[in-house]
Amino acid sequence: MMKILVTVKEVAEVEDDFEISGTEISETYLEYDLNEWDDYAIEEAVQLQEEGVADEVVAVTIGPERSEETIRMALAKGADRAVRVWDDAFEDVDLLDVDAKAQLLGAVISDEDPDLVLTGVQANDDSFGATGVALAQHLGFEWAAVVNALDLDTERRVAHVRRELEGGVEELTDVEIPAVLTIQTGINDPRYASLRGIRQAQQKEIAPKTLGDLSLDPNVLDSDLALTEMYEPESESDAQFIEGDPAEQATQLADTLRELGVISE
Amino acid sequence: MSSVLVVADHRRGDLRDISFELVTAGRQLANASGGDLHLAIVSGNTETFADELNREGVDTVHTIEYGEEFNHDVYVQATDALYQDLNPEFLILPNSVNGLDYAPAIAQGLDLPYVSDAIALEYEDDTLSTHREMYGSKVETTIEVTNGPFVITLRGGEWGAAEGTGDAAIEAFDFTPDEDAIRSTITGFEEVAGGDVDISEADFLISIGRGIEEEDNLPIIEALVEATGATLSSSRPIVDNGWLPKNRQVGQSGKQVAPKVYLAIGISGAVQHVAGMKNADTIIAINTDPNAPIFDIADYGIIGDLFDVVPALTEQFT
Repeated sequence: MMKILVTVKEVAEVEDDFEISGTEISETYLEYDLNEWDDYAIEEAVQLQEEGVADEVVAVTIGPERSEETIRMALAKGADRAVRVWDDAFEDVDLLDVDAKAQLLGAVISDEDPDLVLTGVQANDDSFGATGVALAQHLGFEWAAVVNALDLDTERRVAHVRRELEGGVEELTDVEIPAVLTIQTGINDPRYASLRGIRQAQQKEIAPKTLGDLSLDPNVLDSDLALTEMYEPESESDAQFIEGDPAEQATQLADTLRELGVISE
Repeated sequence: MSSVLVVADHRRGDLRDISFELVTAGRQLANASGGDLHLAIVSGNTETFADELNREGVDTVHTIEYGEEFNHDVYVQATDALYQDLNPEFLILPNSVNGLDYAPAIAQGLDLPYVSDAIALEYEDDTLSTHREMYGSKVETTIEVTNGPFVITLRGGEWGAAEGTGDAAIEAFDFTPDEDAIRSTITGFEEVAGGDVDISEADFLISIGRGIEEEDNLPIIEALVEATGATLSSSRPIVDNGWLPKNRQVGQSGKQVAPKVYLAIGISGAVQHVAGMKNADTIIAINTDPNAPIFDIADYGIIGDLFDVVPALTEQFT
């Protein structure tokens, strides 16, 4: 039986209309949610548990107290318990770099000693797409990035995976366990949390861990990267906009399509 | 000497376009830092690839013979060995699916600062300014990186392909990987985007995205497709949700299409999607968000609700 650890992140999504102040977008325009890729990673782990391949699924996150609401979603979908890494020292950090994340998550993983770690390919917000592979290297685990199919051979301790390459091509790869797999969207069909799941999640443990708890020095947060600017990209649009009410817009667009010669009526 | 090391990307016998773009960016950094531009070709037809990549401004191409296809354990070891040999100030790698599979491991292993998916770079006073997108494509950020050497991956399509013929020295790099550290094995490839319809053959694609909201709303689009004789395609989320089969997906991981007309309905225009359809002759977009990046590449735009506009449009053809 395998123990699976899933890293999850609460991400901010920005409304259509927003304002930037300094190097951030003010809270008014943000909505927080479970990172889309992580939702698929959780589902994959929970399915492995339901199939009897895994006997424990632990969700791990780096995030402030607010993120517990999001982590509860992972618990409601079937993760057994969660670990939340946070420390007052994080409040002053505006960019947690890949190395810091690898060290923080790595410390939790060393304690938990899982067979398999699942992460999302990337996060919706900063889209670095690096945590999983950096984490594997940090731990000395094997890995595979952008996985869209997973079949575990628990006896031989091999993960048969498909990596989704560009242009509709998949690479079939055998990965030795222990391993970190970064999970691509579409690998499964993430469930909605049931009412029963949501109720049960209230009773499940979310263990807080500080830097001290993980025997890490605050200098793990030091970074050579500094976020110095945030700006809206200049619109490059030279589109001709079709105005009017929907009926008028439709009439004009129909004329345009006929002129372009692609309508077979 | 603060030189630049670029690692080429290839698959199944062909260099990928990004390799030539990395050369352009690498030359730009070499100029800014006064160093040489080195390229590495790991595995595959190294001789052919070296000739193809010997473009203007390349100083040395290092070839490493080991197998045919990308394997991240081999790439990590080979890049590491070259890094120790050349001591470059910049390691420039592709933000491709293979780049995602080895670039973070190199930065982590060498304990170097790492920035992925850069869309522009500037180098001045030992500081590398990287520009990248955040929150989809809603904002751009500048991240200043100090304490090089730097490991940076670049987004495809942001730099032009390197041109001209270079006079680079082509050198075989003496490297033997530690086989025990190769703990993953590629067993094959499969084309997955086949099926009943080849959307890359269609003249008129009507493509649907997240804006359709629910599978039950698909008939609204199907009615328009039927009335106009178009072919139905989609962006990634629709296929992820299982509402349409994979062979209908336009984008980086789906099909590249170049129809006469591409009508994007409820598609915001994420970079991965645009990579698959930007070569359409005419692009028309319908979206509620006037700031949606799809309008940046559209020839015609309608800012409006697809649930109002699409039925009205269908009526025009019935």
